[in-house]
Amino acid sequence: MIDRSLTLKLLSAAVVFGAWEIAGRVPISYAFPTFLESMSALARMTFDGSIFVAYGQTLSPLAIGVAISAVVGIGMGLWIGLSARFEWLFAPIFVVMQTAPLAALIPILVMVYGIGLTSKVFVVCIMAMPVIVLNTAAAVRNTPASLKEMATSYLARDHEILWKIILPAASPMIFAGLRLGVSAGFIGAILSELKITPTGVGDIITFSRSIADYPSMYAAIFSIILLAVLFLNLLGTLENILFKGNNRGYVTD
Amino acid sequence: MRHAVPADDIAVSVRNVSKTYGDVQALKDLTLDFPRGQLTSLLGPSGCGKTTLLKIIAGLLPANSGQILVNGQTVAGPGPDRAFVFQDFALLPWATVIRNVAFGLELRGLARSEREAIAEKYIREVGLAGFEQKYPHQLSGGMRQRVGLARALSVNAQVLLLDEPFSAVDEQTRRKFQEDLLELVKHEKKTFIFVTHSIEEAVYVSDQIAILLPRPSRVHEIIRPSNFRDKGVDNIRRDPEYLDIVDGIWASLRSYVE
Ligand SMILES: Nc1ncnc2c1ncn2[C@@H]1O[C@H](COP(=O)(O)OP(=O)(O)OP(=O)(O)O)[C@@H](O)[C@H]1O
Ligand SMILES: [Mg+2]
Repeated sequence: MIDRSLTLKLLSAAVVFGAWEIAGRVPISYAFPTFLESMSALARMTFDGSIFVAYGQTLSPLAIGVAISAVVGIGMGLWIGLSARFEWLFAPIFVVMQTAPLAALIPILVMVYGIGLTSKVFVVCIMAMPVIVLNTAAAVRNTPASLKEMATSYLARDHEILWKIILPAASPMIFAGLRLGVSAGFIGAILSELKITPTGVGDIITFSRSIADYPSMYAAIFSIILLAVLFLNLLGTLENILFKGNNRGYVTD
Repeated sequence: MRHAVPADDIAVSVRNVSKTYGDVQALKDLTLDFPRGQLTSLLGPSGCGKTTLLKIIAGLLPANSGQILVNGQTVAGPGPDRAFVFQDFALLPWATVIRNVAFGLELRGLARSEREAIAEKYIREVGLAGFEQKYPHQLSGGMRQRVGLARALSVNAQVLLLDEPFSAVDEQTRRKFQEDLLELVKHEKKTFIFVTHSIEEAVYVSDQIAILLPRPSRVHEIIRPSNFRDKGVDNIRRDPEYLDIVDGIWASLRSYVE
């Protein structure tokens, strides 16, 4: 089974990269390099170490923002999901955050927090947090009533119902929210480097484009996607370890 | 008939209980006794308040008035003296069979080795030995309900509350369950309160049958089959008294079935 899904993943990667290579060779655009050109640019940046320097700068707002979004987002989501009152109070804020045009908000953030780390962390949080909060809240509200009733009848106290029933039951949706939030956080991190101050990976993208070194630009974009995919897989593994058996469907539904 | 049982042999006593949902009167001034060590069925047409009554006894729902006595003590919420078996099993999908069975004991704070030893005993008793590490989705419907039953047995409550426990399993499994239930009543010395839709099932397994009727909900009749209980499980369904009781109950219920 695992071998088969791995084969399929490799196969789909090969198809995508093949298409990229062909599209680059046609070429669709002068500014679109082939897959192999981009990979050799990536190899060059890896060996001269510049990609690591770039990630050193990009990862700090990303990691801080994603961590804050995960902790605060799940916390807020639980709070909102557990009490009907807070839903009316807070859920609209996150709906607005999720739909607001971020590019328009960035100048305001820069005005208030300057061009440093804080503004970038904010951008990551604005991108990542809403979906985590809204998913967590919805998951908590949809906890099967019969499981809560069962726990009550076997004398569970409130905190036990939270830890032993609500959280595990909500975990698939919470993790789905985390995955979406983390992906959005990656976008937010790059966006903040493109829109606020060019540092890290955003700087490679901006600078390469300005000197028409498109292979390097696409190598940088490729590397961030690769990192995001790796991180999402890590999250999936974590979920499987924490909530074994939960990914196999609900027998009581 | 029910006054034939002396008062200290009543495990659960429902006194003048009323319950309304909004403007729906689910139970009205209902009084009913459940003799200790026996199985009492609550039988009645859909919507007559069987589940409501069972949940009030369990302490999962508050009554609007009246009281519930368990061993002579008024109860106001769930307690260690009662255990519930749910119609939809209510198993934790992320937990193995053994953790599900031990869940009641886990909530009571027993150490893991201790509660798993007890759970293993009851898993064997309900015939699921070897399935301890399986997850609910790997079991058939009948096996899932055995897990629910083992969970209720393992907390060693004196009163077991069963809400249509066999309604989601197939007919053959159901018959096996009914025979096992008779064995259980005989050996466990617990009081069983059993909700069912099936007249045959109620007559087959019960020491006492309370017929509930709706609009307004009330106890219509209490029947205590007396003669066929000792004739062996294989002969019950052929016994003239069994057949008469089934017919009699159908005669009183038929006018309430739409
Ligand atoms: N949560 C609820 N809110 C409103 N009305 C309810 C609720 N639960 C039950 N009722 C109503 O109370 C009455 C009794 O319901 P109850 O579920 O106790 O019946 P029942 O005898 O268990 O029926 P069934 O045999 O179909 O399970 C019904 O008329 C039902 O519509
Ligand atoms: Mg019911």
